[in-house]
Amino acid sequence: MSAFWGVVRRDLLIARRQGGSSLLAVGFFVVVAALFPFAVGADPATLRGVAPGVIWVSALLATLLSLDRLFQADFEDGSLDVLALSPLPLFMTVLAKVLAHWLVVGLPLVIAAPLVGVLLNLPLAAFPVLLGAALLGTPALSLIGAIGAALTAGVRRGGVLVPLLVLPLYIPTLIFGVAATAAAADGLPVAEPLMLLASLTLMALVVAPVASAGALRLALG
Amino acid sequence: MTVMSGWHRFANPTRFSRLSARILPWTLALTLVLFAAGLYLALVASPPDARQGETVRIMYLHVPAAWMALFVYVLLAVFSGMGYIWKHPLADIAAKNCAPIGAGFTLLALVTGSLWGAPMWGTWWEWGDARLTSFLILFFLYLGYIALWQVFEDPEKAARAAAILAMVGLINIPVIHFSVQWWHTLHQPASVFRAGGPTIDSSMLWPLFVMLGAFKAYFVTVLLWRIRAEVAERRVRALQMMQAEA
Repeated sequence: MSAFWGVVRRDLLIARRQGGSSLLAVGFFVVVAALFPFAVGADPATLRGVAPGVIWVSALLATLLSLDRLFQADFEDGSLDVLALSPLPLFMTVLAKVLAHWLVVGLPLVIAAPLVGVLLNLPLAAFPVLLGAALLGTPALSLIGAIGAALTAGVRRGGVLVPLLVLPLYIPTLIFGVAATAAAADGLPVAEPLMLLASLTLMALVVAPVASAGALRLALG
Repeated sequence: MTVMSGWHRFANPTRFSRLSARILPWTLALTLVLFAAGLYLALVASPPDARQGETVRIMYLHVPAAWMALFVYVLLAVFSGMGYIWKHPLADIAAKNCAPIGAGFTLLALVTGSLWGAPMWGTWWEWGDARLTSFLILFFLYLGYIALWQVFEDPEKAARAAAILAMVGLINIPVIHFSVQWWHTLHQPASVFRAGGPTIDSSMLWPLFVMLGAFKAYFVTVLLWRIRAEVAERRVRALQMMQAEA
């Protein structure tokens, strides 16, 4: 278990030393969301209607943009080989790296979500649910994204492929995340979409580390 | 173990080539006969629908294409699993060559669905239709699978990576289908393809089954063709490599 936390700590340390990765994701998230008023008009009622969807799509794209950091650098400098040789099973290493990725990218997005909510005129009553849904849903984004990142690690031009591989798999998370947020904005019950969102994350927790580890072995082997 | 060795017998490329050469004329003939009969039954012999009129004839292309789109993806994932576990090049080649055919079926289902729905919906594309939306996502899954094969230079690595994606996709298909269905209940249903399926008269069911048979036979024929072509291609490449080394 200490090896697991060692990998988490190492990745967090690298992210801190390099700096800017959280800021980059949050900046991208806010800028993309801020484009929408220019695209759909400044009418508060319109913005309120599209707000849940815009927040989730922007968060999804921000996560997507950060996925190349997950394995690529470690693959290129060879540290992934060393990590694969360690006694920690490879899927646990993947899980540790995904956890670090979520702490660096996912969590800042969750914290920034209310800000974007304000920009897009989301009703205040929906904010707790937005935060809860984001906390439940963003781990699934990191986990599923890891599969795409692992499949294309070590492939030239692999990065352009990741959106095509990952975005279709993101659709269920998007659906339930938006549904929970929109239901809260309309004062409707939110338990069902939130529970379904949690179940998606749990499922991704089971499938993604194993699938990603299998894909990484290809890049290493 | 007996089941396994049974499978292994067919995994030999030479035996496959011989066997498929013997099967192909029959499946080709079956395809032609079934399509001729099915199209006649569907377009001429079957009655127009009381409510939808002549547009119901699109169904005879749409429904088999949609069934096949799903069936081929499941088969692709099964081949992928066999290729991944037992490292059979032939299973990998079969999975790879399922993909373009399945993507073709999915596209056909999407286009015919759009054409069929257009008179009812008044638009060419209706997001409120859950099944059509799921098929659009299935189409994206096919595209991702095909693209993943393209980026690897080593076919063995490509096969294993694509197999992982196919198996993840297979797990996700029911999840995606369910979530789209769930999402659909939030947005007003505007479906031509009613949940549980419209009750179909036997005068329409028969042409539908014949068409499904025709699609299946077509699939088997084209898949065997494609696998044979790829096996031959790999053999040519191996011979060229040997020549270059000599």
